[in-house]
Amino acid sequence: MNHETLDDNFQIPPPERIGAERGSLTRIVQEMVFTVDHKTLGLMYIASGLLFFVVSGLMAVMIRIQLAVPRNHFLDPDVFNRLFTMHGTAMVFLVGMPIIFGFANYLIPLMIGARDMAFPRLNAFGFWVFFFSGLLLYFSYLGAPGLYAAGSAPDVGWFAYSPLTAKAFSRGHSTDYWTLSLLLGGIGSIATSINIIVTTLCLRCKGMILGRLPLFVWMFLVVAFLVIIAMPPLSACQIMLILDRYCGAHFFDTQAGGSAVLWQHFFWIFGHPEVYILILPGFAVASEVIPVFSRKPIFGYPVMVAASVMIGFISLGVWAHHMFTVGMTSIGNTFFAISTLLVAIPTGIKIFNWIGTMYGGKLRFELPMLFCLAFLFQFLIAGLTGVMLAIAPFDWQLSDSYFVVAHFHYVLIGGLLFTIFAGLYYWYPKALGKMPDFKLGLWHFILFTVGFHITFFPQHISGFLGMPRRIYTYDAGRGWDLWNLISTIGVFFQVIGILFFVFNLIYSYVKGKKAGDDPWDAWSLEWATTSPPPSYNFETIPEVRSRRPLWDLKHPDDPDWKYE
Amino acid sequence: MTAAPAQSLEWKMPSTRKVAVISLILTESALFTIFLVAYLFYMGRSLNPPYPSQVLTFPLFATIALLSSSFTIVFSEMALHRGNRLAFHFWWALTIALGAYFLWFTGTEWKHLIFTEHLTLATNVFGTTFYSLVGLHASHVIIGLFLLTLILVLSLLGKIPADHTEHIEMISWYWHFVDVIWIVVVTVVYIISIRY
Repeated sequence: MNHETLDDNFQIPPPERIGAERGSLTRIVQEMVFTVDHKTLGLMYIASGLLFFVVSGLMAVMIRIQLAVPRNHFLDPDVFNRLFTMHGTAMVFLVGMPIIFGFANYLIPLMIGARDMAFPRLNAFGFWVFFFSGLLLYFSYLGAPGLYAAGSAPDVGWFAYSPLTAKAFSRGHSTDYWTLSLLLGGIGSIATSINIIVTTLCLRCKGMILGRLPLFVWMFLVVAFLVIIAMPPLSACQIMLILDRYCGAHFFDTQAGGSAVLWQHFFWIFGHPEVYILILPGFAVASEVIPVFSRKPIFGYPVMVAASVMIGFISLGVWAHHMFTVGMTSIGNTFFAISTLLVAIPTGIKIFNWIGTMYGGKLRFELPMLFCLAFLFQFLIAGLTGVMLAIAPFDWQLSDSYFVVAHFHYVLIGGLLFTIFAGLYYWYPKALGKMPDFKLGLWHFILFTVGFHITFFPQHISGFLGMPRRIYTYDAGRGWDLWNLISTIGVFFQVIGILFFVFNLIYSYVKGKKAGDDPWDAWSLEWATTSPPPSYNFETIPEVRSRRPLWDLKHPDDPDWKYE
Repeated sequence: MTAAPAQSLEWKMPSTRKVAVISLILTESALFTIFLVAYLFYMGRSLNPPYPSQVLTFPLFATIALLSSSFTIVFSEMALHRGNRLAFHFWWALTIALGAYFLWFTGTEWKHLIFTEHLTLATNVFGTTFYSLVGLHASHVIIGLFLLTLILVLSLLGKIPADHTEHIEMISWYWHFVDVIWIVVVTVVYIISIRY
């Protein structure tokens, strides 16, 4: 597409009426509803993701308080079931997904030198569908109770194993809220992912061949492909569940020849790629932050791309490692154990490449880099416990124990959330034009890192000692008391850390010093425009000749394209 | 390399529409795959009759109609590229007619199965997977027919500019996809599972 026709994609100017003053509340709401600008939508994605993060984080705090001491009566068992279900579902679908889509929306057009996403209105559609699916899920607390004194919010766990979801065992509408919310959210995710694929493949500026695409964009391309392949199985699951519950179908009804195990297969065909959908954006952020703060180009660019694509492919064939205890054939167990172990290869390559990037570099320990360094160590631990769980006999011992809980929290908090924080601090000056406060950020980093390890490291041990996940309380004297108490204490460090984070976001916006266009001395195109970028992104569309286009602009005497 | 790499003067990117429709087809294929797997998984596992071998007959005419509609839509596009609007409308309308016949056939087949053979979604796992798989395909036929009709009406009203041939081509890609899916569905449901 040439640049004259890009005018089609311009933001439609907000209608000037109802007498709303610029900056007034009605005007802001009006702009949010009408906007099709990828940057505004990106920020709306991230903001609503953070909002849901605080809500479902508080649910986790309540869970930890209940488990602090044996035979605690802080929560009722049914309330506890709803809390862990809502916490899991919300963290995956309402926190992880929107925040990564927010990053994608905001940054991909800027990084590839485009003026907007390929389909701006589809983009707005994706956001609003996601947002209302989130509200629908939480509305279950108000809307679901009623008949039969049935439960309010969903209480079947985030993977909703059959037959817990059958009409006989889940009366009322709690499961239906879960089903419909995920069905809606899936539509939004697919729409956004198609948009990401099309934008990346069709709107690159002149010279931005695939071999010069920033690694961030490459990894999001893999993520978007994973979403469009892995999300439909989840939608199929939800359609089948609705048919089962309301039309008398027998997909998961074992009494009529249906199979409860089929639900597990279908769910995890979605569920495992979903893990990579969530962690690859973490890798994407690390691959941008680590080179810039090591003052070296990324080590092994082609290998990084190949490893990401390899992770994408392998992740589609590992799902049944969640099901070793179901009783598959030994061939099935062996296949899924080996395929799961294979994922460790490309992931290990990435970790070595990040270390290779830092090796001999001139490291700058700014906030984004601190979070990325913690990410490297924590993700290594997560990967190692992942390899342990991939061994089927080991998994038979520890499946559904707190060891698994510790493992995936090391992946999703230690891996994803830490890189999200890194990304938020890294691009905060670009999006809002102000520098994040370093001291407040350092407090956030220290408190959250310490709290994270105090909370989740002991869970490895309580898992080894046989504590199953999802129990609402336990008897004293089983060896679990101390580890659970330590775990709960750690949560409060995390909460204070998050308070520092939220305060920093607001404080720096009001009082922070001006950032300028390129505060980190970075090399990708988003830093070539102003902070915050204008609605058309670039005054003149840049032309790219290497993997570090901004380096070339800043150093015309020693450009990268001489060596690539 | 010391010399500046030669930039090609032409900077051509793939069409956004084509990439979007290919992505859409990819994601729809994933959806169909799950329903197909469910059908294959439950083949021969029904606890009570009716079974596929008792009630299913190969939908010969409907299959011929749907598969030929893929050819008529190609003729229609060829006419469009030649600029022959009349031939375009003729072949396009014929495509709609063939699709509509297919849908009518599915309707009568289901009516027969429900009222004569007493096979519903709730009868057994065959009924569950049969109606959900064939129904999923039929719903795509309905969407396709809606889009085809929309194009025909807009074109007859003269609302489609001459340079919008690629938009129309995208609709035909979707229609080809619906056809290809039917080949898979008909093979699985009416050829493979008929032995059970």
